[in-house]
Amino acid sequence: MDGTGNAEPAGLGATQETTPSSTPLKRDNIEQQDFVNPTINIIQSLSRRTSVSGLSAISREGTPPPLPPRPKTLTFLGSRPSTSHSMAPPTRPRMVSTATTQISYTDTQVYNDESIEESASSSTSRTKNYFGLNISRNASDMDDSVSVKSFAPTLGGVGDAESMLGEVLGDHEKSLLKSLGHRFSDKESESLFLPNPELEDAFEHEFDEVEDMKADGSNEEAVMLQWRAKLKHFLILSSAGKPIYSRHGDDQLITNYIGVVQTIISFYQGANDVLRSFTAGDVRFVVMTKGPLNLVAITRLPESNAQLRAQLDALYMQILSTLTLPSMERMFANRASYDLRRPLQGTETLLSALADGFTRGSPSTLLSAIECLKLRKSYRHTINTTFLKTRSENLLYGLIVASGKLVSVVRPKKHSLHPGDLHLIFNMLFEAGSVKAGGGENWIPLCLPGFNNTGYLYMYVSFLDLENPTEQIQERPRSREAEGDEVAILLISASKEGFFELRGMRGDLVEQLQKNGSIDRIRTAVKQGRPSCTDIVPGSPLRHFLYKSRGNVQFTMPGFDAYFKSPIERRRLMDLYHQLHAHLHTKPTHLKILHETCTMNISLAWSTPLFELYAVAPNSTSRAALAQAANKIIQWVRKEEERVFIIGGAVF
Amino acid sequence: MADSGATAQPKPSSSVKLVLLGEAAVGKSSLVMRFVNNDFQENKEPTIGAAFLTQKCNLPTRTIKFEIWDTAGQERFASLAPMYYRNAQAALVVYDITKPSSLIKAQHWVAELQRQASPGIVIALVGNKYDLASPSSGDSAEDADAAPAAEGENPEEEEGADARRVPTKTAKAYADEESLLFFETSAKTGMNVAEVFTAIANAIPETSLKGPRGVGGQTNLGRQEDNRVNLVGGRTEGPKEGCAC
Repeated sequence: MDGTGNAEPAGLGATQETTPSSTPLKRDNIEQQDFVNPTINIIQSLSRRTSVSGLSAISREGTPPPLPPRPKTLTFLGSRPSTSHSMAPPTRPRMVSTATTQISYTDTQVYNDESIEESASSSTSRTKNYFGLNISRNASDMDDSVSVKSFAPTLGGVGDAESMLGEVLGDHEKSLLKSLGHRFSDKESESLFLPNPELEDAFEHEFDEVEDMKADGSNEEAVMLQWRAKLKHFLILSSAGKPIYSRHGDDQLITNYIGVVQTIISFYQGANDVLRSFTAGDVRFVVMTKGPLNLVAITRLPESNAQLRAQLDALYMQILSTLTLPSMERMFANRASYDLRRPLQGTETLLSALADGFTRGSPSTLLSAIECLKLRKSYRHTINTTFLKTRSENLLYGLIVASGKLVSVVRPKKHSLHPGDLHLIFNMLFEAGSVKAGGGENWIPLCLPGFNNTGYLYMYVSFLDLENPTEQIQERPRSREAEGDEVAILLISASKEGFFELRGMRGDLVEQLQKNGSIDRIRTAVKQGRPSCTDIVPGSPLRHFLYKSRGNVQFTMPGFDAYFKSPIERRRLMDLYHQLHAHLHTKPTHLKILHETCTMNISLAWSTPLFELYAVAPNSTSRAALAQAANKIIQWVRKEEERVFIIGGAVF
Repeated sequence: MADSGATAQPKPSSSVKLVLLGEAAVGKSSLVMRFVNNDFQENKEPTIGAAFLTQKCNLPTRTIKFEIWDTAGQERFASLAPMYYRNAQAALVVYDITKPSSLIKAQHWVAELQRQASPGIVIALVGNKYDLASPSSGDSAEDADAAPAAEGENPEEEEGADARRVPTKTAKAYADEESLLFFETSAKTGMNVAEVFTAIANAIPETSLKGPRGVGGQTNLGRQEDNRVNLVGGRTEGPKEGCAC
């Protein structure tokens, strides 16, 4: 952004480029109200331009994606109608956007109208009318303030926000960037996203408990409003229509909805059809039937069906992890109306921790991959060797995990670990507080459905005090901000009676690790945390990225903290990643490289057989600079591959 | 608090394996946390599987090192319980004084222990959540007896309402009959928590500390108790109504 009002037209799209003052802008925006849902994010959707290049993956491996230059002026745009907006009368800005090629979307609104399943929910970030509520408020807001709001980010940026890049880059780089043709400013807006007060408001209360309904029903309406205001719901019911789990609301509240959902599902089942998903207003419903269970995800966040399905699958795996498949099937075989909540008692916290993870945005679930603690190859090798040396007879898997990041894994040659299983374990240990709050050592029977969904394994868990590793943690220090330095040792065995054997192994292992200095190394690595983008590539314009190594089913990313401190900012970032991911995985287009520019940010998604990369930078970054930065990341990962990923692990 | 061995004097020390059993959400883990860490957490999440903790208890003549198995109360874990109470020298069977059904469950556990655990096992019956009872309710047995019946009549009586649904007298009578140690505790306030463990430590006979293990033969001893202690409405009451606080 320019830091002056002049920046706004650029953001608004080429058709507005020559608009000298805000007055015509206002008129335009109001006109839009006539034919789109009331939303203050019109600007965002308007200005979001997507250009897409479908390229053969192999030939593109390791080379920068070819990027069309960013359209800057009207005349320039006119000369390149195929990449972006075509010409249209300025008074009808929405009509500006039309798809120019089969795989290129020029406006988010477009795929909203298309029936492409994967992208259908991308509109949900923009219109928030809460199942039909709040419309009046939106509409009245819009008339008066839309033009003001459209300027808000820029105006705000002028006054206070110190340039993020300005902090990061030296003057040298700045001038370099300027010489590269950047419109660069010291006074950039902090955020990569247009303010969306409604989303922010809803998100703030997303994890609040819905009030209990009073006996006389006096607060029914208020409770319903709270329930409906949730951005995301997960419902699990049996095929007989019995409620099993709901993230929000008690039985009394959800019974009706369960009934309705059940009716809709069975209507299609009756017609030998399978209901997969549908959209009502801005709300996306995805239904998944797994044996005797129906799982439903309801979302107003921009997530694709495939992504929601992955989330439902994780919830289903959590249920299997508690019950095992045969025993669950047996329960329903005896009686179709079996109440599964009874055997699942106590696992609601695990399901909710998973669900909330999805609502907050989980890179791990999005990419179906796990993250590792960055550690020197030789350090990791030492830990692996120690693991193998101390391995006890009945050990199946051994893991060291530091706050959700894998440090080391030891496994039998013929069994690998399923990322979904690991996610369940990490969720249990690091998200749901049940295990870590208890202190002491734990012996947990669990089924790892990715490994074998028919039987239980037994997991020995002990959290490690990195300062005094040989002492058993009795009281887990609560003053420390939980996640940072929690290290757990997990030893999994098929032997039910193996607790004391594995406990002995844990003692040996920790003693050895202490002796050979590995504990200190883990502690250092944990304290260091994730690197920032600029640690990885000095001067990189990137604010964040996700890199998934397909072969290793692992991903790496920089820390959120630098630019995405609050949960809502992280969610917005994850929204962006979800959209990029959805576009990249939309069938049948098979995109390899995708570029998106909107008012506040410019983003890239790049897929090859080896990796997937998602990166985001402020809008002031040029495409060439973004591509260059992306390439630098690839180079960095290649160099650090054996540090950021666990290649193979310790095998016996 | 029977806190750990800061005392360096060489006292005979021995390990005691102790298991906690009882319905879900009666406060087993909270009792252990109070005993081990002298800490309390509101709304603790349910235990998964079992947790293993140790804590020393200093008696005048010896030091007892408790090896505590804190088991999960959910029914799906019930089949694993024998693994934890096998060879245990002591058991804490916990119920919730605001929830009569939890006492019935506790009685089932006592019966199972008497049937299947080591014959010499010391069992303590513990009624937890004393902090939810009004101070007088435990003494005046009649009030408490009437409580379940009266519950429906004044549900809106919020403050000062007594959430106790299991009279001390009832539980005490049962404990006496079965020769169990009996305590009412509050993991929240810490009341009686250390006392329970000290009493258990004292009750364990010197000889059984490394003593023999056997399979109990008293098959039907506990069985008849199931129906004898009839708590009005105990089975029909949902957990919601049980808590009027």
